[in-house]
Amino acid sequence: MIDGLPASRTVGHGYTYAYLDEQTKRMIRRAVLKAVAVPGYQVPFASREMPMPYGWGTGGIQLTASLIGPSDVLKVIDQGADDTTNAVSIRQFFARTAHVQTTTRTAESTLIQTRHRIPEQPLRAGQIIVYQVPIPEPLRWLEPRETESRRLHALQDYGGMYVKLYEDIARYGRIATAYDYPVLVNGRYLMSPSPIPKFDNPKLDRMPALQLFGAGREKRIYAVPPHTRVESLAFDDHPFQVQKWDQTCVLCGAGDSYLDEVITDDAGGRWFVCSDTDHCTRRRDGGADGGDRRP
Amino acid sequence: MYVAVKGGERAIGNAHRLYAEARRGDPAVPELTLEQIGQQLSHAVDRVMTEGGLYDPFLAALAIKQARGDLVEAIFLLRAYRTTLPRFGAARPLETDAMAVSRRISATFKDLPGGQMLGPTADYSHRLLDFALAETGLPPEPVPPVAGVSESSCPRVTGLLAATGLVEAPPPDSDEADTTDLTRTPLALPAGRALRLQALARGDEGFLLALGYSTQRGFGTTHPFAAEIRMGSVEIELEAEELGFPVVIGEIAVTECQMINQFQGTADQPPQFTSGYGLAFGEAERKAMAMALVDRALRWRELSGGDDARTPAAPAEDEEFVLAHADAVEASGFVQHLKLPHYVDFQAELELLRRLRADAGAVGCADGRAAGAEAPESVP
Repeated sequence: MIDGLPASRTVGHGYTYAYLDEQTKRMIRRAVLKAVAVPGYQVPFASREMPMPYGWGTGGIQLTASLIGPSDVLKVIDQGADDTTNAVSIRQFFARTAHVQTTTRTAESTLIQTRHRIPEQPLRAGQIIVYQVPIPEPLRWLEPRETESRRLHALQDYGGMYVKLYEDIARYGRIATAYDYPVLVNGRYLMSPSPIPKFDNPKLDRMPALQLFGAGREKRIYAVPPHTRVESLAFDDHPFQVQKWDQTCVLCGAGDSYLDEVITDDAGGRWFVCSDTDHCTRRRDGGADGGDRRP
Repeated sequence: MYVAVKGGERAIGNAHRLYAEARRGDPAVPELTLEQIGQQLSHAVDRVMTEGGLYDPFLAALAIKQARGDLVEAIFLLRAYRTTLPRFGAARPLETDAMAVSRRISATFKDLPGGQMLGPTADYSHRLLDFALAETGLPPEPVPPVAGVSESSCPRVTGLLAATGLVEAPPPDSDEADTTDLTRTPLALPAGRALRLQALARGDEGFLLALGYSTQRGFGTTHPFAAEIRMGSVEIELEAEELGFPVVIGEIAVTECQMINQFQGTADQPPQFTSGYGLAFGEAERKAMAMALVDRALRWRELSGGDDARTPAAPAEDEEFVLAHADAVEASGFVQHLKLPHYVDFQAELELLRRLRADAGAVGCADGRAAGAEAPESVP
């Protein structure tokens, strides 16, 4: 049935700056403005098909693409690290399409795209951090229907979430949510902070930098403007707690950073290292030593 | 080893080279041409165009070649290209009545105006491997011209029945201005039928096939008849603003399916047949039929008087469930994102699990001695 295939056609034409066409960027910026105006509210946006798969950061990439400019310095992290494969891929994408300077140094960056972590080094005013979000709806596990959860948000009916947390305490004696821990933004909207460990939740609160969240597949953008109150849900008699390790980083000796566990042999041996590679590198550059016992 | 997670940049580059090498295969074997894919793997091309939402056999063939025959990946490639294309207008609704049909069958009437035409189908072939095809050889025998094939237009079965009131009248042509483009507007629920059909047209064939099948097996209350399936080429008309009249800008091949179902009627409406609609690019009968079944199943609320309080009785009737999960590109991406590192979340879960196990007094297990388990109860 196929006839008249053209003998050749140019498909390698040049793309717009930062890949997205200008109309799309404008559409995304409008969604961002609305999101900033209503902190924590999920703004639907006409998410585009990106040249990376859904679920691999397409929401964050669209936000970054619509915000980035030639004077920006971009940092991309995944699991806190600049050198994980998907972070490398996204950084290369913007280096290629936006000709932008990239960095691994948190302090030097103007725009940070992240998956699953907030850098250990506090962000400052003027910086923007873009989170990649798989499931933007914090109520999804209680109510899978969007039609229903949007109504719950409208009515600020978050009782179900408190019941869930209470049931955890009744069953386990503690709240059994370790990451993507729900937060209340500006005293109004319940929000998923994306799957960051709850260790990072306190950093969300009153952060001087602008925090933007992009969910490409689910077609939602939301935001926490600078200095906005972000509370992790808790009870008076069960206050919010973060993870803590008995160990320190074997590379830099940090005892206050989020640690990744590395299995070193088949006899139960394991080390702990900073998940934030920039934090770890800076400490080691400053002479810190974790007593590296690696063979 | 910790070093194993480093060096991502070089690893990615090498992975791309390995993939390209695997795509090419043995260099002694001639490379596939896009013409070969377009001509000889036309069902694959049609599926990629349909779910890719872009009628371009050349690019679809390229995507199939690039994806090494992985059709979902090819659909993704085509979509990612499509999304960068400018929209310069909306075509007028296709006049499939005026289709130059290459195949047209009805399962509801033995004969009908325009006639039944089997066309190019494998339906009545015996599914025996044809070993002759293993050898490249002579072209197939030409089909002798058939006398009596009407060149005149071929009215649709549902149109013939609608005149009697036995089948619901087709909805009026919608104004192009009020047709939302699913790829330019986020889907809001409940979606209208036009929007649902857009989503179904791009929807994964396998998913729709299973859902359509489920309605036939009893998960849903539809009892369908294939009123008509037609295949052929139709003209695309565009009304250019300054012209004031439509001009033909090209022809595309499509498969259209109309299923009709018994309908008991409501207090306001006497019983009649209602229809489900399916349309796909090229020759894609399975997709068009499955789509028509699911379209009809999703109309249950509208046909039962629009009662919002009732809940869907079957998966195929659940608009949010069907529309949220029908897209193969979304599904494939999200399922496969599980390949990305999740060290941080996993560490958070490990830490939690160790605490819970310590609380529960789990002893004697390897993890009982592991780091974190002895963490003090008082955490800041």
